[in-house]
Amino acid sequence: MFKIAAMGDKSSIYGFASIGLEIYPIEDPQVAIHQLRSMVDGGYAVIFITEELATQIESELDRYRELPTPAIIPIPGIQGNTGLGMRNVSKSVEQAVGSDILSDA
Amino acid sequence: MARLNVNPTRMELTNMKGKLKTAKKGHKLLKDKRDELMRQFIELVRENKELRRQVEKGIAEANAHMAVARSVMSDEALNVALMLPMQEMSLEITEKNVMSVMIPVFETKFKTADANDIYSYGYAFTSSDLDDAVKALSDIMPLMLRLAEVEKSCQLMAAEIEKTRRRVNALEHVMIPQYEETIKYIRMKLDENDRSTTTRLMKVKDMMLEDAHHYSEKQ
Repeated sequence: MFKIAAMGDKSSIYGFASIGLEIYPIEDPQVAIHQLRSMVDGGYAVIFITEELATQIESELDRYRELPTPAIIPIPGIQGNTGLGMRNVSKSVEQAVGSDILSDA
Repeated sequence: MARLNVNPTRMELTNMKGKLKTAKKGHKLLKDKRDELMRQFIELVRENKELRRQVEKGIAEANAHMAVARSVMSDEALNVALMLPMQEMSLEITEKNVMSVMIPVFETKFKTADANDIYSYGYAFTSSDLDDAVKALSDIMPLMLRLAEVEKSCQLMAAEIEKTRRRVNALEHVMIPQYEETIKYIRMKLDENDRSTTTRLMKVKDMMLEDAHHYSEKQ
């Protein structure tokens, strides 16, 4: 049984609580890194994280890319879309192919 | 090119030939694996991008509703409304093997029997925009989970493709030429040995005939 979590600033993730996700209102990157580390072995399958927070701890997130769980998925927060999510997809393509052949303008 | 440091013997030649054959077979198999992985990966990435677009749009919508709800309701009322969620969502993970990459497959489980049981508050003191926000999020949730599944698969496959590509290249550009070079070297050495043996024998024969018949003195 795996859990789903949402992490980020409070106003962006508050709604997720009502549909049954565990929410972690965190804005400080250091605290977020700490929290993530304890969550990795804590039976979380998916962690949604706001893009604002994700950009600040990108190198930490890269460490979990190749682990089977958890899937850490950046989502746009209340401040809007920063394009980090799409950039992450392009990163996968680049890693696999050598250059981003699927980028569309 | 660098050749391996081996003794030029027939034994080593046979060994090298065997290794070359294995390397070529491995190269072909890995190349096939890479191509198939790549094909599936590209498909998955396309889906990933499409899902991401939809999810980002959906969340933006939900956020807009949330912002309205936030402005209409007091923070306290909002906190109280969302404080105790009715629903709890959890996942069962099974793994699917795609060309030896284990990709996750999620199956959603809800705590309450009715998956639509998402409003954790009475409607008396909340704004209808909050309902909209919660509804929008709940609608987008299956897509978000599918996105998580696909995006994770993409990341895992990308790592595997990179590894496979390196192996293919190492075999193609290092191992196989090396073996070929070594085989050529051993063959030339052995041929050279053969020739030198032949000439030595001819010379010895000449000398023996000379001893027996004294040709040079008779002329």
